[in-house]
Amino acid sequence: MGYQFDFSMVVKILPVLWRGVLVTLELWVICLAVGLVLGFFVSLARISPFAPVRLAGRSFVELFRNIPALIQLIWFFYAFPILIGAQLTPFVAAALGISLNTAAFSAEIYRSGIQSIERGQWEGAMAIGMSRADTFRRVILPQVFRRMLPAFTNRAVEVAKVTSLASVLSVHELMYQGRVLSSTYYRPLEILTTVGVVYLVMIYPMTWTSSALERRMRRKA
Amino acid sequence: MSEIAPSTTDAPILRSENLRKSFGPIEVLKGIDLDVKRGDRIAIIGGSGSGKSTLLRCLNFMELPTGGKVFLEGERIGTVRTARDGSQSVTYSERELMSVRRRVGMVFQQFNLFPHMSSIENVMEGLVTVMRRPKSEARARAAHELERVGLSDKLDVYPGRLSGGQQQRVAIARALAMDPEVLLFDEPTSSLDPELVGEVLRTILTLAEDGRTMLLVTHELGFAYRFATHVIYLYDGVVHETGTGEQIFRNPQKEKTRAFIARSSEFSL
Repeated sequence: MGYQFDFSMVVKILPVLWRGVLVTLELWVICLAVGLVLGFFVSLARISPFAPVRLAGRSFVELFRNIPALIQLIWFFYAFPILIGAQLTPFVAAALGISLNTAAFSAEIYRSGIQSIERGQWEGAMAIGMSRADTFRRVILPQVFRRMLPAFTNRAVEVAKVTSLASVLSVHELMYQGRVLSSTYYRPLEILTTVGVVYLVMIYPMTWTSSALERRMRRKA
Repeated sequence: MSEIAPSTTDAPILRSENLRKSFGPIEVLKGIDLDVKRGDRIAIIGGSGSGKSTLLRCLNFMELPTGGKVFLEGERIGTVRTARDGSQSVTYSERELMSVRRRVGMVFQQFNLFPHMSSIENVMEGLVTVMRRPKSEARARAAHELERVGLSDKLDVYPGRLSGGQQQRVAIARALAMDPEVLLFDEPTSSLDPELVGEVLRTILTLAEDGRTMLLVTHELGFAYRFATHVIYLYDGVVHETGTGEQIFRNPQKEKTRAFIARSSEFSL
């Protein structure tokens, strides 16, 4: 193959890519934060003693888990405004779709985590007179976070990658910038490779930190 | 003379009347009457499925009884409601059960220590979260309780790094820290390797010397004999025979008790 690599213009596009990185990070942090918090409450609904609440939690999870994320994003941008009678910016539509999607997956992580804690932990706490709420807060949840840390990391990595879908709504994040640049410079090989490497550099520290945390917790236990 | 009202020290601290518990269609406890007086040490023995653990768990409401009454220091636990048709049901508020469980401590077969907390944090937890004690005071008290069970050198060690016997002693310290009026032991040595049983039993014996009120479900008949002021033999959800250790182990009156004692000590040295 006689292709002549030319990575020299990569330096020129770096400022543009950097703007994309910032938008991607913003989208990532918002969706992860909203998704983890909302997912926690959805998981509580999933294990509620009240059947209608359980059904609502279950429906939410199944809805957002079993429809492709891409469709959810496009739906929130093009369809949802018709229902509410107001146009969303691409960023808000993307953030909404990815956050709800993340909430559904995190809810399942919390739920399986909570249910994996042995009954004896509840009993040990109740036997010294602790309330259910205190038991949950002081005994169950800290163990859920430890036990589910790998699953939460996977989710965080997944969310970082899913943010690239926002490019179809013309959110100016990293993927979008990469596509625009590669068609401007006619250098898709160099530019898209660079974009891939930037994603890797952005996401890898997350994976690394998580395994370091896991190692530290294993030493403690 | 028998008409004289019992002195307050003779009044039962914990009492059950016709206590019943069913799991679905299966009735496990079929009406248990029990009087526990201050300083009593009661060993509950019986075959598997006789209901002995369930009885213990109903006394601190880890399981809610399906019938009968439980009194703690003369006060009935639960609120009786009478329906329009005259039928009665008992409801228990979480607040009331929390207070009962604080006063009636429990030590479990599986220890149930909190793995994300060190020994001292396990013992402090109830003091801080339930009793609202300042941390420094709770820490001092927890250190004292761990010293009592011989674990002064393990304060900052996590349960995962302790032997089964040490874990169970931390669990005993955790229960003691709450100053329970009655302490329940649910087969405290059943999940321990044989060579670790002794250290836990010795710890329980030192509590007996302090005059603690205790109920113990156990398969260690030799220990029950040394430990107990009273022995209860449960069979099929009822109290089949009761008496002192001497009476039950040396001179059981009923055929089933005799057979159980003989079966259980068949291979003892």
